[in-house]
Amino acid sequence: MGAPRPTADRDLLRFLACGSVDDGKSTLIGRLLYETASIFDDQLAALARDSRTHGTIGDEIDLSLLMDGLEAERQQGITIDVAYRYFSTPRRNFIVADTPGHEQYTRNMATGASTADLAVILVDARKGVLVQTRRHSYICSLLGIRHIVLAVNKMDLVDFDESRFSEIVADYLRFAEPMGFAEITAIPLAARHGDNVVAPSPRTPWYDGPMLLSHLEDAARGADAAQAPVRFPVQWVNRPNADFRGFSGTLVSGRLAAGDTLAVAASGTTGRVARIVTAEGDLGAAEAGDAITLVLDREIDIARGDVLVAPDAPGHLADQFAAHVVWMSEEALLPGRSYLMRAGTQWLPVSVTAIKHKVDVNTLSHLAASRLELNEIGMCNLAAAKAFALDAYSDNRATGSFIIVDRFSFATVGAGMIDFPLRRATNIRREFLAVDKAAHAASKGQKPLIIWFTGLSGSGKSTIAKALERRLYAAGRHTYMLDGDNLRHGLNRDLGFTEADRVENVRRAGEVARLFVDAGLIVICAFISPFKAERELVRGLVAEDEFIEIFVDTPIKVCMERDPKGLYAKAKAGKLVNFTGIDSPYEAPDSPELRLDTSNIDVDTLAEQIVQFLAARSGD
Amino acid sequence: MLYSIGKDSSVMLHLARKAFFPGRLPFPLMHVDTTWKFSEMIAFRDETARRLELDLIVHINPEGAARGIDPIRSGSALHTQVMKTEGLKQALDKHGFDAAFGGARRDEEKSRAKERVFSFRDEHHGWDPRQQRPELWSLYNTKLRPGTSLRVFPLSNWTEYDVWDYILDQNIPVVPLYFAKPRPVVRRSGTWIMVDDDRLTLAPEEMVEVRSVRFRTLGCYPLSGAIESQASTLPEIIAEMRAARTSEREGRLIDSDDNASMEKKKREGYF
Repeated sequence: MGAPRPTADRDLLRFLACGSVDDGKSTLIGRLLYETASIFDDQLAALARDSRTHGTIGDEIDLSLLMDGLEAERQQGITIDVAYRYFSTPRRNFIVADTPGHEQYTRNMATGASTADLAVILVDARKGVLVQTRRHSYICSLLGIRHIVLAVNKMDLVDFDESRFSEIVADYLRFAEPMGFAEITAIPLAARHGDNVVAPSPRTPWYDGPMLLSHLEDAARGADAAQAPVRFPVQWVNRPNADFRGFSGTLVSGRLAAGDTLAVAASGTTGRVARIVTAEGDLGAAEAGDAITLVLDREIDIARGDVLVAPDAPGHLADQFAAHVVWMSEEALLPGRSYLMRAGTQWLPVSVTAIKHKVDVNTLSHLAASRLELNEIGMCNLAAAKAFALDAYSDNRATGSFIIVDRFSFATVGAGMIDFPLRRATNIRREFLAVDKAAHAASKGQKPLIIWFTGLSGSGKSTIAKALERRLYAAGRHTYMLDGDNLRHGLNRDLGFTEADRVENVRRAGEVARLFVDAGLIVICAFISPFKAERELVRGLVAEDEFIEIFVDTPIKVCMERDPKGLYAKAKAGKLVNFTGIDSPYEAPDSPELRLDTSNIDVDTLAEQIVQFLAARSGD
Repeated sequence: MLYSIGKDSSVMLHLARKAFFPGRLPFPLMHVDTTWKFSEMIAFRDETARRLELDLIVHINPEGAARGIDPIRSGSALHTQVMKTEGLKQALDKHGFDAAFGGARRDEEKSRAKERVFSFRDEHHGWDPRQQRPELWSLYNTKLRPGTSLRVFPLSNWTEYDVWDYILDQNIPVVPLYFAKPRPVVRRSGTWIMVDDDRLTLAPEEMVEVRSVRFRTLGCYPLSGAIESQASTLPEIIAEMRAARTSEREGRLIDSDDNASMEKKKREGYF
């Protein structure tokens, strides 16, 4: 036998294994590692020790313990997070993602599937195809996996019955049909004993298909990214000295050669590739997967986040698009709320403008939804702060995917697969106005502002705001007051008090306030506005020095005593739901421009305090 | 970039230099020195920094050094806690780094198999395996609140084979301790410990012998077990590794306390 080829020259298959609790997934992966001699003696010794402590199969070595890495999992005997394992045969290297089967960990499966070419879906021969099987298959198809191995495991427990196997396969093929997989291969297995994993099992003489391992060695990989049009997200502008300006990054799809013309997706500006620079010398050509530095033949404005594309197949440039979103946070996705999005190498503010429907992953039916909860999947329309280069996920995984990040906790809360760009943004152009904001402001001799009062119901927002407006009016200022209750009689009449409606309520108020700022007015807004995200959204609508957040910091005890509208009493009696401070949260501002303590101070003093603050501010 | 002088660090440094070429590395290297590294490692570190004109920070936990913490009398657990884990936290805090690259690989150890490429750490550098950010595609979440930080593991998906194949392919210099050579060693805890200097106190029954040995992983010399070997070239090392029946971490004494020990250390801020 010749020496194995160096691993660097062998190709790599990334696959994921998914199954429900007790389908024997960890055992199957442990078996693959064991059979490919990827487990060392000291690890086997540790395994034998662990099998006695945690194992569930008597004195035999429990191969599943090899996979369950974390203490918590070992104690519970379940896999709670994605684990990656590595093994190789003389023909191929493998990375397997072991993903948990419980419903609450859909996000982990999506994570494992995002980088996989193939999925091994386990089914317990005794139980057959379950709702979980359908969920796993749907997530695989959603994340773009085209090749499926249906591993019908625990065949030993059904006496290696051929008809049972055929029945399960027929069941599966029927429901997987609409998911459009390119290839489904079903294999009867008993992972614990090794049947049909490497060598044909004498106990399934009726089976003449491939063994699991040889099938994994032969399986076609996903779409070849080199065949797709050129996409080069710029990671870094490489400027070691005044004579060199290159653009570094990984070519995510296509092939390019020196002399080729590329376009900057955002501007359409083109340039020719003068050099493809690497540390090992210039290349004549590069293909998908290569990390390179491009030097163009002319000076073009290009920054990190830009995407260089093939001019004849440039993809889309859009700020609104439709996508399937997998929600991964305990805090629900709310339409209208502002999040951060990472797409390629850039970060952009983004919000969901509409949830078209959510998908019941067990039945694949479409349901109406006003929010997405943890582990729910929805088809959404989204709007980014500016247009960016995108492709449909089915055309290009790299430029069709994005993650959503919470603006405050910075947790990764969602992931999306783009379906198509929405054209509405390109059909509506901004009209150039004859009299602009600066002119409006100048004619009124004032600096336009949003003065935004936030605080609990009964904290005194509206009372103070009214006192402030009287003073400003008396001083000759041009003002307008927006009050939460008043807007709910007109513009926001259609909105209730759910979290989603509250978000929309504040978003609309913010947009109106912005128009008045454009008109040169000082806009005084009094809204409970319980969520940080929406207050920040409004802040982002105007210039940095045009938004003043005033936190009316009245303790809830005091508000309840005042209870000017009798609402606290109703809420406590259960006659009013989603009431801020009672059964709906209030997120206090971290650093408002001004904080007012209303407990012992009268309204006029507070209003005067604000006038002084504004005067001091404009005096800067 | 955390630079531990070992083979993984050598590969990571090589990749970083290639990634930024023709620019220079835009960040410094940092070595958390426990003062018990092999003298050949320190010589290699200084030579590498000089040759590649690197900005190298060396940090030694001053309190640990003052308390005279050492891996032999203080025990490996305390020594690792104070000189490595605490020392690292001190150094990261001192320089206020938002992110630190490390050369850890998922195939090394079970709890590492679930580690993210961009691994989020709280204000105390702690790792919470239940609160990890989902990591999809290659879209990494680099956003941080003040005080929190990231550990970034570019070699997450490499195996020990990949590392050695790449060292061979790219002709990357590594510490000579990886190659077999006659060295003074003593038998201890079922492995060979090299007598690197006169700080290694010997028990009465322990005898120093000269044997042809090499190391699969490097750390503090009293805690790093050598294997008997004649492999003195890269192809010989690779051939020997492919025939090996034990994992590379077997020679590391810090891992064997109990099986969850790595996870515990990582929760506390160990790399």
